[in-house]
Amino acid sequence: MMNLSDPAIAVRDLRVSRGGVEVLHGLTFEVPRGQVTGLLGPSGCGKTTLMRAIVGVQIVGGGEVRVLGEPAGSAGLRRRIGYSTQSPAVYRDLTVLENLRYFAAVLGAPKDDPERVLTEVGLAGAAHQLGSTLSGGQLGRAGLAVALLGRPQLLVLDEPTVGLDPVLRQELWTLFHRLAGGGTTILVSSHVMDEAARCERLIVLRQGEILADDTPGGLRAHTRTTDLEEAFLRLIEERAAA
Amino acid sequence: MNVAITLATARRITTQLRHDRRTVALMVLVPTLVMILLYYVMDDERAFGRWAPILLCVFPFLVMFLITSIATLRERTSGTLERLMAMPLGRLDLLLGYGLAFGLAACAQVALALAVSLTWLGLDLPGALWPLVLVALLNALLGTALGLLCSAFARTEFQAVQFMPIVMLPQILLGGILVPRGQMATVLEWISNVLPMSYAIEAMAHAVADADPGGEFWRDVLVVAGSAVLALLLGAATLRRRTP
Repeated sequence: MMNLSDPAIAVRDLRVSRGGVEVLHGLTFEVPRGQVTGLLGPSGCGKTTLMRAIVGVQIVGGGEVRVLGEPAGSAGLRRRIGYSTQSPAVYRDLTVLENLRYFAAVLGAPKDDPERVLTEVGLAGAAHQLGSTLSGGQLGRAGLAVALLGRPQLLVLDEPTVGLDPVLRQELWTLFHRLAGGGTTILVSSHVMDEAARCERLIVLRQGEILADDTPGGLRAHTRTTDLEEAFLRLIEERAAA
Repeated sequence: MNVAITLATARRITTQLRHDRRTVALMVLVPTLVMILLYYVMDDERAFGRWAPILLCVFPFLVMFLITSIATLRERTSGTLERLMAMPLGRLDLLLGYGLAFGLAACAQVALALAVSLTWLGLDLPGALWPLVLVALLNALLGTALGLLCSAFARTEFQAVQFMPIVMLPQILLGGILVPRGQMATVLEWISNVLPMSYAIEAMAHAVADADPGGEFWRDVLVVAGSAVLALLLGAATLRRRTP
């Protein structure tokens, strides 16, 4: 059995190749429990591949990924991880509520869970709208709502706030912190640096390697700048100089 | 496998169909309309009586093959399949869910085409109705299963549609409709022997001609059912939890 002090995610020397090219070059890191950890980096740096490896849907070339004390992809983890992909994986020819009811049935989640998650992502007003009639931001939130079904212990969210207005983004980050406060571990990716400041821990990825694994405060102190965008540039310079 | 998840999947797919009324209308009406067209083209009760069962055989297969291969391809490309594969859904849950939902649609399709053929178009059956319905439904199931299997080899909708003539035409050409199977070149007869449609067409011929279909009918039915199960299992093997 695992300990509460054990990390939620432990990755050791993870290597992944896609289309014959190695995209993750031996990553090693841990994600603590009950916190919001941000996975940052430019588009194409391997964030999505890393998240897929953690969820257990990515063929990996080598290394070890343990999630909530079990090897990634174990059958026992399928109810304990909520995963939302970058392009919202919901059925466009079903209403939002029909989507949620189906995924809730697959997960064996409580009957009232679809309504609960709809309210949490602020989509209750669109419950009876077909997926194809939703805006990009609404679709993204519908995908996020599916990930929240069944109150998973770990949420893996790939760019959940893309295309949202500042008010909605604020609301979602408040939701993430409330869930983390309740013990949920959240790994959220973003390529927007201003979201980094809202995380408790940051993993900065570039070209399949970890540039930094620190708290936002630690990162600022290390790079001697208050601006995380600037910090990112200095990390790259530092790496180039080394 | 989990019965509750399979049924939830079948319900989800029928709900998707319900939202797409035009597809449902096409699926249910087109075979009947072609049947009516055939009747007037033939303009001869005996010839119609020979061709109608073949259409009843080919249509459920064709339509279900197309619809299933596109539907599963959409599931793969939209990311919903990846989402489901990260959830506690068995691969057979998904395939049987599709089989059930589209099987239901096939029932509606066959029921209307049969009703119109037997009443308005005056198709004569010497025996009971059920052997014919059984073969038509098994064919629909075979189409669904092969559609699922073939969709694994298609990356785009364009490719998926191209699989239809590849899978259909040889089976029709070699199925004994145009030339009796016994009169084909030996190699072609061998190929014909391993194509499930040959047995479906033969079973349909028995269902229409015999007052009491016997051993050969049941052998054919078993071969078609076995092929459908085999295709479903192969289809399940192509669904991967982990992808590159």
